This record gives sequence, C-alpha cells and structure tokens, in this order.
Amino acid sequence: MAKIIIPTPLRKFTGNQAAISTNGNTIREAIVDLTNQHPDLKNHLLDATGQIRSFVRIFLGDEDILSLQKEETMVAESSIVSIVPAIAGG
Amino acid sequence: MIAAKEIVLTYKENHKKDRYIIVPIIIRRQIERLLEGNYPNEGVGFFYGDEKDNYRIIKRILPVKNVKEGDQRKRFEIDPRDYLQAEKFAEEWSLSLLGIYHSHPNHPAIPSVHDLKRAVPYFSYIILSIENSITQDWTSWRLDEKVKLFEQENLVI
Repeated sequence: MAKIIIPTPLRKFTGNQAAISTNGNTIREAIVDLTNQHPDLKNHLLDATGQIRSFVRIFLGDEDILSLQKEETMVAESSIVSIVPAIAGG
Repeated sequence: MIAAKEIVLTYKENHKKDRYIIVPIIIRRQIERLLEGNYPNEGVGFFYGDEKDNYRIIKRILPVKNVKEGDQRKRFEIDPRDYLQAEKFAEEWSLSLLGIYHSHPNHPAIPSVHDLKRAVPYFSYIILSIENSITQDWTSWRLDEKVKLFEQENLVI
C-alpha cells in the first residue's frame, strides 16, 4: 500500500487526480497497480517489457529509489511515492 | 548537431493552435534577464500560473540549475529533486505548474530534436533565442501526443 503522487504532466491520465492509493508491497507492484487503475498511464511509465522507463524517476519520500533497492524497494501503507519525469532538452 | 536542429522537423508547420500564453511584463523581464545571464549556456526554469479554457497566464517562475554534464550550450537537464520541489511549490502557491522555459543560445526559438524526444504532455515549452546575451525571439510550444510533434502556441508578451 502506498500513495503515489502523480506529476502535473500526467494528471490528464488520472482524471486530474494528484494522488492515487495503490496496492502492492514494492515500488514495482505499486506502479503496476497504478497502471491497472489508470491504463492510459502505462505507456508513459512502463516500456514494452514492463520495466519502468528510463526517463521516469521514482522517489520514496525524499529518496530516489535508485539509491535504495530500485523497483524492489518495499513500500508501506504510509509511504509517499513520487513519480518524477526526467526533464531535459536542447 | 546543428544540422539536426535545422533539418529534422519537430513541429507542425504552418499551424498555430488556438491556445494562448500570457506573459506579464515583469515575468518577461525576469525570464529574459535570467536566460541572458546564462548565455552562452542554456538556462532553464519552471513557470506557474492559472489556466482557463485555452488561456494560460504566468504568475510566477522558478529558475533551476541546468545540471547537464558536459557542454551546456546545446543541452539542459533538470535535477529530479528540483522537479520534486517544483511540484511542491505549485501546491504551496496554489498555482498550476504550467511548463518550462529554456534558452537556445545562438539558435532559433524552434524546438530541437532533443526537445521533442524528451517532451512531456501538458507542459508548455517556452523557448528564447539568445545571441550575444541578448534575447532575439520568444516562442511557446506544446506536444501533440498523437503525432509526436510540437504545436506552436500564441504568446502574448
């Protein structure tokens, strides 16, 4: 169980909801549950193999999951997970 | 790299969407001063405001650091932690996070291939062309997800 904060650019795919409660014990499970609840998000978050896209960063609280156990990082009911689009350009 | 910016089409030609971005004079000066100060590197920041129908009015900006490693004259990157903070500010200020402004030093205010590749939905992308630390042009764009090209918006400045 975790609450996932949706970044502004993706809220059009969640009916403008900024936060979604999800089931799952890990970041991966929570993200998959999120995309099951809101299928239009799937293309933006997961690649063809079901992995979290490289341009999408995930934070558990203030910690980047890359410095934790990545997608296998455990989440609790009180966890706040933020999806962060990796913004870049030229 | 320069050739790619000129040859590959990144936007819908001869097509301006019926959308408007209103930039008050104070905000305009803030953005120009910041991006001209970043010259010859690319500068970047977020902007916030209100949205109604096809109109977006900018009320605040949040400059952030270009953290692109290496040559910053043709690339920018935003630290994910700065992005997190930017979303928090939107909540604190009760404003919508509407988009990103960035500069094209010594290049036209036309989205580059890299801009298109990394574009996210919903955001307006304001681009300033800057030469010798002086702003030459402003444009604003939004991604059309269906055709994966930018659509130009009308800037009111």
